[in-house]
Amino acid sequence: MDFGFSLSPSSAVNLDRTDMSLYEMLCDREPTARTCIGCGSCSATCTASAISGMSVRKVLLGIQRGQYREVEKMLSHCMLCGKCTMVCPRGVNTRHLILELCRLYGNSEGEL
Amino acid sequence: MTGNVAVVGGGIAGLETAVRLKALGWNPIIIEKSSSLGGHVAEWNCLFPDLAPADKLVKELVDAADGIEIHTDTEIASIFYTRKSYSIVLSDGSRFMCDSLVLATGFSLFQAEKKEEYGYGIYDHVITNRDLELWFNTGSDERVPSDPKAIGFVHCVGSRDIKAGNTQCSKVCCITAIKQAIELKEKFPKAEIYCFYMDLRLFGRKYEDFYIRAQRDMGIHFIRGRVSEVSETIDGRVFVKAEDTLSGKPLRVSLDLLVLMAGIVCNRENTTLAESISVQTDEDGFFRSRDNITHITESDRPGVFFAGTCTGPKTIPETLAEARSAAISVDAYLKSLK
Ligand SMILES: Cc1cc2nc3c(=O)[nH]c(=O)nc-3n(C[C@H](O)[C@H](O)[C@H](O)COP(=O)(O)OP(=O)(O)OC[C@H]3O[C@@H](n4cnc5c(N)ncnc54)[C@H](O)[C@@H]3O)c2cc1C
Ligand code: SF4
Ligand code: SF4
Ligand code: SF4
Repeated sequence: MDFGFSLSPSSAVNLDRTDMSLYEMLCDREPTARTCIGCGSCSATCTASAISGMSVRKVLLGIQRGQYREVEKMLSHCMLCGKCTMVCPRGVNTRHLILELCRLYGNSEGEL
Repeated sequence: MTGNVAVVGGGIAGLETAVRLKALGWNPIIIEKSSSLGGHVAEWNCLFPDLAPADKLVKELVDAADGIEIHTDTEIASIFYTRKSYSIVLSDGSRFMCDSLVLATGFSLFQAEKKEEYGYGIYDHVITNRDLELWFNTGSDERVPSDPKAIGFVHCVGSRDIKAGNTQCSKVCCITAIKQAIELKEKFPKAEIYCFYMDLRLFGRKYEDFYIRAQRDMGIHFIRGRVSEVSETIDGRVFVKAEDTLSGKPLRVSLDLLVLMAGIVCNRENTTLAESISVQTDEDGFFRSRDNITHITESDRPGVFFAGTCTGPKTIPETLAEARSAAISVDAYLKSLK
């Protein structure tokens, strides 16, 4: 089944081959995702971060670098508590972003 | 006393200083080594942060300078200090006495070919920020492809780089890169645009908003990592290596155009000029101000003043404000001689 985005397996990032369509789909649903500045406030405040490595910053970067597996794993630890939304200086709607991303993953039926 | 003030440099700093001095009742004489006025700004197309046309600004300043004695294609040939005034001979043969001097000799753009690893002058599609402004103005540059799919900007070229001989931040190139990236995205909406930065230094009013616009509305990608090396692919594209430091992974991308953000470095002629009138330059080659907080526009020598980027990287509003400040200082100095 073709969901319009594909996997890029490599430890180096090759932007020529990285499929950005998942990121683009997410940005269509939650445009504030584009304005992340990678400050890390979200991860620092996240209760799940210390025990699971969950980080909105890494999630956003990961889907732009083809690291879909790692992202999925992180997402599974989120409790949707919303602390990250509260601290984000760019007003990224992180909770909605996580939810939308989970939906996109759900739609992909394990293709990612 | 003569009431004459020699203004060395006919860029925006020199023009603005001269116009203000004239309004204060003195007689400025502009000495410009090139054949036209306006300095670097005359080469730019649209200005951050509002995309105002550069030619309009230069024209306004040149028009305002109407009636002021201006020597273009001219430099100072010799200068002597005698009885509280300067005797100046110009390269065009003219000579005059003046009571004060304003140095407004501006900056030089870092020569990008010195950073050989970026391939400027070697690869077909590597240009500088200046080349891009000229292309915006003329539309002709064979290095700019007609339908680019991917474009990159390299920040800090020749700035913040001890090996390039410049430790300073050039201040204007982060915001210029964002401006130029937005302009290119508007021209080539399908192109992916990447900015490779070490830090983003967007200090001025509206600059951060410009950055947010680049991210949110234009989809420009910002990658934190300094481009380490550039090569050319077999099909003539530009291949870039950097580290994506936020993910800690090496990153590669091939591009159709690479724009190098060449920095603001000192005008090397400052050193000879400084020696001829006994003022100082700092280790970075920019003129040394009497005080870096309270007296930026004054030298250690009474009667010699500075305006604009000859004392370090500055934006246009900062340059103009300094030019006005220098004019006020000259005015006070000349009044004290009376
Ligand atoms: C790529 C780039 C884009 C920029 N875009 C913007 C922008 O959009 N907005 C903004 O606010 N700022 C911008 N800037 C900054 C702006 O260019 C400077 O603030 C401005 O040029 C400073 O003017 P100046 O008169 O001090 O120096 P200059 O523009 O360098 O002018 C100096 C003048 O002095 C002359 N001169 C030099 N030495 C001598 C000598 N010995 N004898 C006689 N004449 C001499 C030169 O020929 C020149 O005409 C940009 C800078 C760069 C590098
Ligand atoms: S919403 Fe999820 S990612 Fe954000 S702080 Fe809570 S657990 Fe962490
Ligand atoms: S707090 Fe906001 S801006 Fe900072 S990394 Fe997280 S999402 Fe990005
Ligand atoms: S303004 Fe930005 S690009 Fe220019 S030298 Fe400073 S950090 Fe580098």
